[in-house]
Amino acid sequence: MAEERTHSQSHGGGSGSGSGDRRPSSGGRSGPGSARDGSGRKFFRRKKVCKFCTEKIDNIDYKDVRLLSGFVAERGKIVPRRLTGVCTPHQRRLTTAIKQARNIALLPFAVRY
Amino acid sequence: MNRTYEVMYIIRPDITDEEIDKIVSTMESNVAAAGGTLTNTERMGKRRLAYVVRGFAEGLYVLMTIDGEGEMIHEVERRLRVSEPVIKFITVRVDEKQKKLNKLQALRATRVKRSTTEAAAAPVEAGATAGNEPAPANA
Repeated sequence: MAEERTHSQSHGGGSGSGSGDRRPSSGGRSGPGSARDGSGRKFFRRKKVCKFCTEKIDNIDYKDVRLLSGFVAERGKIVPRRLTGVCTPHQRRLTTAIKQARNIALLPFAVRY
Repeated sequence: MNRTYEVMYIIRPDITDEEIDKIVSTMESNVAAAGGTLTNTERMGKRRLAYVVRGFAEGLYVLMTIDGEGEMIHEVERRLRVSEPVIKFITVRVDEKQKKLNKLQALRATRVKRSTTEAAAAPVEAGATAGNEPAPANA
């Protein structure tokens, strides 16, 4: 009987430490919509689609400041594609266009607070 | 051999209109002198610059579309660099991009045509009219 009790206690201790280990990287059940790098989790985050692919925008022009400014943060930094959902080839073209626009003073390099 | 370039340059804002015209026409003649053909000049007007360039917060944007060789654009850029009222410029090569764009649009046009002919064939049998009337108009 005493053995059973100690056995159950160790089992409880084991599960406790297990959940403690998982805590830093857990929250996976609440993955979608959480502000984390949700890569490698079973639940994808909202399946964001590439704006250029859906709207069939072929030409990402450096002159089109309105289009580009949607992908630039407040401080002027280029937003990573995991936040905007842009696909890789379009992100590369977008980055080139933003850098060209920065060079011709259509977009700022950095915005001071 | 014939490459297409887009040259966008900024003229300082504190000069008179006629001087602006003079500068623009000088640049146009520079292109011809260097052996290129000017397709289009577009004045994009006075804009606020995103950052201060040579002490100016505003500038007059001019866009030139040029056809020519590589050596030609070197000469044009050199003149832009030397010209005092021009405060910034950028040259972008667009012929490759334009080629890819044309190819993509041609591909898309063929795909649309195929789908509209199929759509036109089916409703003749089915008798549905309203949904497919706009489709032939688009094609």
